[in-house]
Parts: sequence; C-alpha cells; structure tokens
Amino acid sequence: MRARAAIAAKTLRTDRWWFAPLITFAGLSAWVIYATVRVFMHKWYYVADFHYLTPFYSPCITDRCIPEAAHFGTPLPSFWLIPEAAFTLPFLLLFRLTCYYYRKAYYRAFWLSPPACAVPDGHKKYTGETRFPLLGQNLHRYAFYAAGIISLINTWDAVIAFHSPSGFGFGLGNIILVGNVVMLWAYTLSCHSCRHIAGGRLKHFSKHPVRYRFWTFVSKLNARHMMLAWITLGTLALTDFYIMAVSAGWISDLRFVG
Amino acid sequence: MGTKRHFKVWRGDSSGGEIQDFDVEVNEGEVVLDVIHRLQATQTPDLACRWNCKAGKCGSCSMEINGMPKLGCMTRMSTFTDDETITITPLRTFPVIRDLVTDVSYNYEKARETPAFAPPEGVAPGEYRMQQVDVERSQEFRKCIECFLCQNTCHVVRDHEENKEAFAGPRFFIRAAELDMHPLDARTDRKNYSRDHQGLGYCNITKCCTEVCPEHIKITDNAIIPMKERVVDNKYDPLVWLGRKIFRRDELEKQDKATPSRHERENMAPSNTMGVTGVASGTSTPFSSARQPEPPAVGPDGKLDVAEILSQKQGGPSPFGDDHEFPLPSDRVTYHHPTPDKD
Ligand code: SF4
Ligand code: SF4
Ligand code: FES
Ligand code: FES
Repeated sequence: MRARAAIAAKTLRTDRWWFAPLITFAGLSAWVIYATVRVFMHKWYYVADFHYLTPFYSPCITDRCIPEAAHFGTPLPSFWLIPEAAFTLPFLLLFRLTCYYYRKAYYRAFWLSPPACAVPDGHKKYTGETRFPLLGQNLHRYAFYAAGIISLINTWDAVIAFHSPSGFGFGLGNIILVGNVVMLWAYTLSCHSCRHIAGGRLKHFSKHPVRYRFWTFVSKLNARHMMLAWITLGTLALTDFYIMAVSAGWISDLRFVG
Repeated sequence: MGTKRHFKVWRGDSSGGEIQDFDVEVNEGEVVLDVIHRLQATQTPDLACRWNCKAGKCGSCSMEINGMPKLGCMTRMSTFTDDETITITPLRTFPVIRDLVTDVSYNYEKARETPAFAPPEGVAPGEYRMQQVDVERSQEFRKCIECFLCQNTCHVVRDHEENKEAFAGPRFFIRAAELDMHPLDARTDRKNYSRDHQGLGYCNITKCCTEVCPEHIKITDNAIIPMKERVVDNKYDPLVWLGRKIFRRDELEKQDKATPSRHERENMAPSNTMGVTGVASGTSTPFSSARQPEPPAVGPDGKLDVAEILSQKQGGPSPFGDDHEFPLPSDRVTYHHPTPDKD
C-alpha cells in the first residue's frame, strides 16, 4: 500500500482554530453548572403574586411544590435528588443531548473528535455513532415529540403568568417569559427531525403542496438552528435567573399593569 | 509590481519527503496555483501538481494551504498578509504519488460501489419527466465538482485509515441522498444501503465536510442529516419496530416481496465485480484498483513502431491492451447496460 505524505506536524493550521471549541466548551459548561445548581436548589422558583414559574421547575410535581405552582398534582415525594420537574427534565436533557447541533458542539469541544477541521481526532479508535451508546443518538426523533409537548406546557406557564394579586397583570417578567417561549418554539420547530417529519421525508413535493410549504418554512428556521440553540440557552438562564431574583426578593418585578 | 513572499512546499513521494522553503514573487490578483506555476517555471521545474481549469470547476487542484484543505486555484494570495509564510502540502488522507499529487482512487472505488440511478420500470431514457420542485434538492448535490476536499477533511478516514473500508465519505452520502430524493429513482433501499454499506453511522455530523466544500453544498444539513433521519424511519423508530412485532408486518412484507421487481432483484451489497476492491479493502494496487495499463503489442524486435503505417494496428495502442472486444462482456463491466434487461 502506498503511504501518505510524511508530514510531521499534526496540523499546519495557522488560524485560531482552537477558539471556537474553547468558547463552546466554556459556554456549555457554564450553562450546565448553572442549571444543575438551580435544579437542586429547590427554592426561589415561583413568584406567587404574578404566577411566574421558572421553566426549570415546570411542571412542578414533587411534594415540596408550592400548591399554586403544581398544576399537575404532586405524584413524587420530596427528596433532594429529585428535581421538581422530574418528568420533563430528562426528556429535555435527552432532546438537547441528541440534538444534531449540540452533538456537533460537544463532539468537537468536549470529545475532541475532531476539535476542528483538519486537526487530528483526540482518539485512537473511532466508530462514530455506529454502536451503543452513541447509537442512541437516533432517539432524537422521540425526544423531539416530547419537547413539543413540553413547549406546550411552557406556553401555558407563560399565559397564566399574566396575573397580579388583583387579577390581570403585566410586567417585565411576562416579556421575559413570553420571549423565552417564542424562542423555545423557534428552536424546537427548527429541529432537523421536525424538518424531516414536516416534509423532508417526501419524495414528491409536488404531490404535497401544504407539507412542502411547511418544509420550506422549517428549512428557513433550520438554517439558524445553531443560533437558536444558543439563544434558548440564554433565554432559559435569563428567565430562570430573573424569576429567582424576584422570588428571592433581590429585585422587584417592573410592573406595567397590576 | 510583485513582492517576494515566503512559501513552504512539501516535496517527496511515498517513501518520504520534507517541507522545503522558497521565496517566490507574487503579483496582484494571483492565486496560490499561480505561485506553484511560477515555482515550476523558475526554481523547481519538477514540482508535481495536478490542475486543469484554474476556475474552481474541475476539482483537480485540491491541496492543503496553511493546513486547511482548499482549491489552489480559488485561494487568493490577497487573503494572506504580506509577511505570512504560506505552507502548501498534499492532501493528507490519500496516499501520495509525488509532491502535491495524491492517489485519490479510494473515492473512485466508493463511487463505483454506489448503485447507479434506477429509473422506474417501463420508463425509457428520453421519457423522464419531473417537476422542478421535486428535483431541486437533488440538484444541489449535482454541483459537486469531485474535488474530494470533503473526503480528505473528514476525520473518520483522515485520522483513522482503518475506517476506509467501511466508510464511503460525505461525497457519497450526497450521492446517496441525491438519488434517494430523486423523483424518478425507483430504488427503495438506498437508506439501508447508506447505513449498512456506506457507513453513515460513522459520521458524527461535525460538519467539516460542509466547511471545506468549495461549491458550498450543505453536505451535513441537506444530505447527511436527512439521510440519518430516513434511516431512523426504517431502523430506529421504536413505534414502527413495535408495530412490526405486534402485527408481524415484516412477515407480510416478505410475502409481498415474492415477486420482486428488477431493481430489487439486484444485490445491494457493495459490488464485488472486477475492480472494486483495492485501497478500500487494504489490498491496493498503485494508482487505481481498475485493470492496470498494459504495454502495447510490440514488433518482433521487441520495440514499438511509432509510425502508424508500420504498426500492426491502426491508431494508438489502447492502455487497456489490444485484446479487447467491444462491447465488453457484461460480467466484466461495473455498470448496467443502458437498455433494460440487456444483460
Ligand atoms: S459531518 Fe460527517 S461526513 Fe462530514 S466531515 Fe464530519 S464526520 Fe465526516
Ligand atoms: S461535495 Fe464539495 S467538497 Fe466534496 S467533492 Fe463535492 S465539491 Fe468537493
Ligand atoms: S433539536 Fe437540534 S436537531 Fe433536533
Ligand atoms: S484547477 Fe480546476 S478546480 Fe482548481
């Protein structure tokens, strides 16, 4: 067999190829640490006056939940290891872990496989997503369905938050909650699985004009999937932080009505 | 007026080589390939480099420039600063022949293994009719110029030579997607083919192929991920799997298949006909796995007559030997004869 060119340098790239994986690593790590701390904090997740419920605790289903925040009952006991949103968080985690964009991001930034293009893989052997556990990435479709349902719950949370002690209310928290929900929908709809289900699987677009238009719309969103993935991390953290801050009494909500 | 710039160029062959230093004059508006031509014209007349069109359309001048896989003819010198050293090396993933020329036959073998376009039964060439919206997705992939930059960048084979056998690479994933999305392609097993024989599962969608494609084909988003989703439809959908278990649908499908169509009768395993084993299987012949060039018939004195009038045959000698009859026997070709059922 002929040999490859004998080039000693592992990579000859001269640009800052390490920069993108580095900020991805920093950004994702920071977010995961924040989210973990918040999920196991078990407090400051609800503002009773305005019915603000943070997405990290929605729906709230353990015995520890404040009754007004628990729209779905409290089937689970309160134990510090059980998050308040124990039904939704595993699916959301699965959804984001198997997301085609996040896969790219963490394969590059965390697993270094490869860290950047034309930079060597950090591993000796490579089988990609052909066997367990990475074969499980194919579950993304199902996580997507679950995420759709969870987005509905988040939407409901945002709607009932238009509340004040005297009835209808509207404050800065509502803008944040609604903004978050809009972005979550955009992210969920821009999913590659959604694009496939919407119409990507068809062979003849001409026979399915409605699904073709839906596919065209989803394709436009899909081109921004990476951006939406980061935006939603931002809006989720911001929403949660704002509600924590209001709930803990560090700041008070800026009210426009009520 | 030109300025002198510093270049490092890898020179050598499969037995070894090194990066050599050159100072070359560079003029305004030039591309890296111009500089290589100037090197050939001045300091290194024997520097080997493949090129054809100088217009980014033939896909010959693939090389690595400052470590990034690029087309030499489409990389402008103005993208570098005046004092920047520019390092030019051959593609890393393929065996080197000499200097900047590599043996890309891996790609041709993978191409030959991919089953060709299969029109529906009863539709003859010339009778193909389709709507623009239906072929649009496939057309994006037709822009491919076969520069193999994507194949070269993909870490699955770039960093793991042993995967070459199982992995066809992004260029052939877009081919599979092109045909699977094609409104007139009658095959239904391309999804499974890409999983089982092209190694679609090896791709971890890190998008380097998309990053280097000079035709800006959205390889990962528009071909690989849709193909992965199509495989999910077939193979990993728990609901479908459950349905099959409960209703024994797979049995029913088997019964349906009692009278398979022409395309289904064909074997979807990688073709093992002549010339498809080679670099990919690790038992390579140099340059290509196809039938090797053979010397022409020589005269009684052991020499070749150059003047046609004295030669035993008309015309120049065939590189495949002079013992061929046409058409080639059907068990010796790796394609289907155009007329249906001619074979
Ligand atoms: S996206 Fe897949 S095919 Fe493309 S370079 Fe990455 S691993 Fe290879
Ligand atoms: S897909 Fe793009 S990078 Fe790959 S061979 Fe074709 S033109 Fe080159
Ligand atoms: S959510 Fe990212 S691809 Fe589905
Ligand atoms: S010479 Fe044809 S693509 Fe560069």
